[in-house]
Amino acid sequence: MLKNYFKIAIAVLKRRKFFTFISLFGISFTLTILLVMTAFIDKIANDNYPDRKRDRSLYIAKMELKGKESMNSAGLSYYYIDHYIAKMKTPVMVAISSGFNSTNTYVNNRKVTINYKYVNADFWNVLDFEFVEGKPISKQQTDNAERVTVISEDMKNEYFGEGSGPAIGKYIEADNIKYRVCGVVKSLPITAYVLYSDIYLPITTTKTKLDADKGYLGGYGAIVLAKDAADVPKMKKEYAELTAKLPIPGKEWDHLYSHADTYLEGYVRTGNEKSSGMTIVFTAIACFALFVMLLPTLNLVNVNITRIMERSSEIGVRKAFGASSKTLVYQFIVENLILTFLGGMIGVVLSVVVMYFINDADLIANLNLRLNFTVLGYALLTCLFFGLLSGVYPAWRMSKLNIVAALKAN
Amino acid sequence: MIQLENIEKVYRTDTIQTLALNSISLDVEKGEFLSIMGPSGCGKSTLLNIMGLLDAPSKGGIKIDGQSTTNLNDKQLAAFRNKKLGFIFQSYHLINDLQVLDNVELPLLYRNTTAKERRELATEALEKVGLSNRLKHFPTQLSGGQRQRVAIARAIVGRPEIILADEPTGNLDSAMGNEIMDILLQLNRTEGTTIVMVTHDEHMAKKTHRLVRLFDGSQVQ
Repeated sequence: MLKNYFKIAIAVLKRRKFFTFISLFGISFTLTILLVMTAFIDKIANDNYPDRKRDRSLYIAKMELKGKESMNSAGLSYYYIDHYIAKMKTPVMVAISSGFNSTNTYVNNRKVTINYKYVNADFWNVLDFEFVEGKPISKQQTDNAERVTVISEDMKNEYFGEGSGPAIGKYIEADNIKYRVCGVVKSLPITAYVLYSDIYLPITTTKTKLDADKGYLGGYGAIVLAKDAADVPKMKKEYAELTAKLPIPGKEWDHLYSHADTYLEGYVRTGNEKSSGMTIVFTAIACFALFVMLLPTLNLVNVNITRIMERSSEIGVRKAFGASSKTLVYQFIVENLILTFLGGMIGVVLSVVVMYFINDADLIANLNLRLNFTVLGYALLTCLFFGLLSGVYPAWRMSKLNIVAALKAN
Repeated sequence: MIQLENIEKVYRTDTIQTLALNSISLDVEKGEFLSIMGPSGCGKSTLLNIMGLLDAPSKGGIKIDGQSTTNLNDKQLAAFRNKKLGFIFQSYHLINDLQVLDNVELPLLYRNTTAKERRELATEALEKVGLSNRLKHFPTQLSGGQRQRVAIARAIVGRPEIILADEPTGNLDSAMGNEIMDILLQLNRTEGTTIVMVTHDEHMAKKTHRLVRLFDGSQVQ
C-alpha cells in the first residue's frame, strides 16, 4: 500500500512540475530560515563552553535601583559581591568578573584592540576553560596581584602572530601595563557576553582600589556555584531573600531589584526587572516561527487543494472500488508528507550551505553554526508539522467528496 | 441478487426540485445480464449509481445478496463495494499516473492481500481480457478499447459477484464495442457474474438477458 502511495506521489510530483517547484521552494526556503535560526539559538543557549556547570550555576549580573523619578541600573560593585554574595551559605564558590573594557596597543606599528576583563581566582574553578597552553591564574598570583594574564587563542595569534610558538612567558601590553602570559584558552564568541574577553587579568591588579566604593553598583558580575543542581532553587531563594532585606541606599530610591538567574534567564533579561523576560522571548520566537511557517503553509494548503481536486476522478474511482474516506485521507497525508520530506531534505542542504557562508564570512568570530542533531530533530519535527498542517485540511475536504460528483468532474 | 424497492431520487436546489427516479422497484437475479436503456437524462446512470451504492436514494431500500444496505456507514459501504461490486465506466476512469498493472491491482489494495497475491491476481485478470503484454504500459499509451479492457480487468480482479457497467461501449467504435461486449458476455456465462449495463445501443442490449427501459425517471418496460 505504502509503495503504491509512494509511486503515485512521485508520479504526481513529476506531472505537475510547476506546483511541485512552488511547494518545494516554499517548504525548503522556510525550513532554511528556521534551521539557521534554531542553529543560532542552539549555539547560544546550548553551547556550554566554558560554563559547563550551568546546571549548578546562577548568574548575578545587574542591580536596578528605582525611585519615583529616577532609575539606576548597572553591574555590581566588588564590595557588594564580596560583602553580601560571597557570604551566602548555599554557594560553594563565587566567580567574579568585570565587564570587558577595550584598550588599543601597538605591536610592531600595528594597532591591536584588546578587550580585557578582571577575574578572581575562583573564576577559573567555576568555569572550565580549555587551556591550549599553560594554566589559569592561581589564587596566590591573584592574592599577590601579580601581573599575569590568560589570553584567548585568537588574541595570541593576533598579538604574537600565527605560528609564533608558545606564548607562555611572553608579555602582552594592555592599558599601558605589561602582563606575563601564563595561559592560553580556546576562544569564545562575543555572544557569550558574560565570559568573553581577549585577555583575563587578576582582579587585584585593577587601577582602582577594589572596595573603595561601598555602594552596591559597579562594574562586576558574579556566578554563584551550588554544590549540586538540586541546590540551585535554594540558592536562588537565598539570593532573593538577601536582596529583599538589603537596605535601600538613599532616599531617592524606593525599590531595589537584583536576580540570580539561570543562564537563559540572564541572557534574555529585559529592562523590566519584575520579570525575567523568558516569556517574552519565547513568545517572540514562537510568533516569529509561526509567522515564518504560516504563509508557506497557507500557500501549500491552497496548492494542495488544487492538486487534489484535480484528481477527483481518482478519488471517485478509489472510493468506488472500496477506499473509505479515512483511507483516502491517510493516502493524501502520506503523499503530502513525502512532498514535505523532499522539501525538508532540500531545506537541510540549503541550511548547510547558508551556515557555511555565515561561518565563512566570520560575521561573529568563533560563532561556528553547524547543523547538529538537535537542529536536525527540529527540522524533522517542523517537516512533520508542515506535512500535517498543509495536508490534513485538503485531504479531509477531498475525502468528503461525493463519489458521483467526483467521477463526473473529470 | 439486487433488490430495489420503491426507489426515489430527488435532486434539490434552493428553488427547484427534480425527480430523477420515481418509485422504481426491480429485482436482478443472480447470474442475470440486465441492460438498462432510455433517452439521455431519464435516470439510467442515477439508477446504476444507486445500485452500486455510489449514491443514496432519497426514498426506498436496496438489498444486495439479501443484505439491506440502508444503515451502512462510510466504512461499511466501502468494504461492501470492495467485496461485492465491480464498476466499468464509459470514460474508463483509469489513473493515468499508474501503470496498467497498478491500475488493475487497485481494488485489492483495500483488502488484506499481499503484494505478490495482488500481482498474480491482476496479471490473471489482464490475461482474461487479452492484455497480458501491456502490464507496464501507462493508460495514455493504450487505445480506447484497450483502456476499457484494463477497466474490465480492474472490475473483475476482486472477483465480485456483480458488475455494474455504465455505457462501457459508449466511447468505442462498433468493432471495439463488440469486443468489449463479448468479454462481458463471456464473464457472465463462464463465471456467472451478475451484470447490469446501462447502454444507448439497442444492438448491445439485445445480447443481454433482459432489458429495462426508463423514461423521465420511471420504469416503462
